Amino acid sequence: MKTAFWLAGATVLALAQPALAGDTIKIGFVSTFSGPTAVIGNDMRNSFELALDHIGRKMGGKPVEVIYEDDGQKPDVGKQKTEKLIQSDKVDFIVGYIWSNVLLASLKTAVDSKTFLISANAGPSQLAGELCSPYVFSTSWQNDQTPQAVGTYMNQKGVKSVFLIGPNYAAGKDMLAGVKSTFKGEVMGEEYTVWPSQLDFSAELTKAKNSKAESIFVFYPGAAGVQFLNQYAQAGLKQQIPLYTAFTIDELSLPLQKENALGVPGAQQWVNDLPFPENKKFVEDYRKKYPGLRPTFYGAQSYDAAQLINSAVVAVKGDTSKKDEMKAEMQKANFKSVRGPFKYGNNHIPIQNFYLQDVVKDADGQLSLKTMATIVKDDQDRYASKCPMKK
Amino acid sequence: MLVLIEQSLNGLQFGLLLFLLAAGLTLVFGIMDFVNLAHGSLYMMGAYFAATFVAWTGSFLLGVVLALGATLLLGIALEFVALRHLYGRDHLDQVLATFGLILFFNDAVRLIWGPAGLVLPLPAWLTVPVQIMPGVFYPAYRLSIIVVALAVAAMLYVVVMRTRVGMLIRAGASNREMIGALGINIKLLFTLVFGLGAALAGLAGLMQAPILTVQIGMGENILILAFVIIVIGGIGSIRGAFLAAIFVGMIDTLGRAFLPDLLRMVLSSAAASTAAPALSSMLIYLLMAIVLVLRPEGLFPAARR
Repeated sequence: MKTAFWLAGATVLALAQPALAGDTIKIGFVSTFSGPTAVIGNDMRNSFELALDHIGRKMGGKPVEVIYEDDGQKPDVGKQKTEKLIQSDKVDFIVGYIWSNVLLASLKTAVDSKTFLISANAGPSQLAGELCSPYVFSTSWQNDQTPQAVGTYMNQKGVKSVFLIGPNYAAGKDMLAGVKSTFKGEVMGEEYTVWPSQLDFSAELTKAKNSKAESIFVFYPGAAGVQFLNQYAQAGLKQQIPLYTAFTIDELSLPLQKENALGVPGAQQWVNDLPFPENKKFVEDYRKKYPGLRPTFYGAQSYDAAQLINSAVVAVKGDTSKKDEMKAEMQKANFKSVRGPFKYGNNHIPIQNFYLQDVVKDADGQLSLKTMATIVKDDQDRYASKCPMKK
Repeated sequence: MLVLIEQSLNGLQFGLLLFLLAAGLTLVFGIMDFVNLAHGSLYMMGAYFAATFVAWTGSFLLGVVLALGATLLLGIALEFVALRHLYGRDHLDQVLATFGLILFFNDAVRLIWGPAGLVLPLPAWLTVPVQIMPGVFYPAYRLSIIVVALAVAAMLYVVVMRTRVGMLIRAGASNREMIGALGINIKLLFTLVFGLGAALAGLAGLMQAPILTVQIGMGENILILAFVIIVIGGIGSIRGAFLAAIFVGMIDTLGRAFLPDLLRMVLSSAAASTAAPALSSMLIYLLMAIVLVLRPEGLFPAARR
């Protein structure tokens, strides 16, 4: 009798052990939660949490556990946190990454361990080209795409010459290269600033003014975008040289940029007023759940990342060991994206529309971003052919 | 030529702003022999106070004056509550304690004002470019920084060189023990000096605020430059800090302005535009290294000890 009791106990334990390990869907989330750009990380976390609420905090019948880690906007720290999430937390998915240089530093760890990595923002050209991987997906864009759309828009406006200013890191170089690849006019000059420490752009603005260029293009995400617009307006350039931007004006920087941002155009694959029902739900529920805040494109991409993961986990009914099946499902982009339907290219970067956005005063007198036009339809990044993966 | 003038003004403006920060630091370091890493936090607090007071009062000038007073009081309170107990300790203890203060201030700001940062809007009369020469327009606000900082530098010169308090400060810089032995109330002097340094840091912070944004940790990058300046200028020397600050401001700005074009003559355009920002941010440290090799005490040492 006693022996039978112990045997039964042992069997229960033996059965329980493996079931425990795979009981939850573990997701690691690497973003910036400290320092001046922490507001971006918070917006991504808010949106990801909102997506989990909408999904019911379960994927394929299993509860979801998210571990958030702060990269401090530093590549070495991001790499460390990625290693920790993969090696000791053994996450099934790793999501986030605002900064291209942080993502590039962390990429190898994820790919080598065959952990699915979903970039919810950074889109370095290397990731779309030679470093593409079956385990890496993007719910954002490749860095060049957005500025390419800005360049196309400048051609439409008949702009003849431009002066380019951007930060000296992976994304900054991609962004300026992107504008140059589509802009048909003359590039009168090109300046890179020390990133992220340089916040005074007086020398660069003076050069832009003296170059006699007809327009200026900049890429300054986060607080740097506020500082740039401040100094651009103070130098009196707003009346003289029109500014075109990528990722410089968003719902986080706009309350600080205020009137300085009025009438400064930019391009984006997602704008808060896109007329899709999923998007309306996302924006409305976000504003309800986080009073006083508005979601940004960073958030929209994080929301989509949660939906993409959910589609994969549902397809394998929660068995995350079936990696090939999950990959095949994610390639279909089989979920309702807040930016509207899109397809994946062979390199797992979205083929999608880019819209012209402008800053306007909305009904209650608040400044907000508005979709003005579609600049390009179904745009694929220009590095896809360098990626050896086949669709 | 006009470009050179405008870029030199940019350099001068940046240098003078650095001087305000470095002046306080060099006084505290030189006279009290106290390493204060939290100096950058006082710079940040000056900016936050200004943004708050300007929003409350609706007047830029009134808000700025209130913020200056508040930073001065904060500096005095900080000295009285915390730093006073650290004077006898060695530099490592001071570095540790004031580093702790940086963390304290950053989180205090996060609690009070939130993580998103603030803006300090300028009144309309400061946002227009001014014509300073035919064909040269310069932002009125940057021009006003130059004027204010030069006035403060002149005032500091008068106070330090021509008044009794200044005499004590100079005496403190060259021999701390001796002026204590001569019956001067050194505690009061230290509190005063620290308060003055705090107010100067606050002034630098609030003047920089409309150009940049007011955000957590804004004082940390710029503090490194301030330390470079007091090392180049000679610790404890206001004159050294003034000249070194203008030197550093000029080198930084002119390097950023002209180095890319110079490099493009020898390198490919892509390589030059990548290398130039890296190289120009290195120039300042190169200058510091050269000064340290040739004159380890700095360009204008406060005293031979």
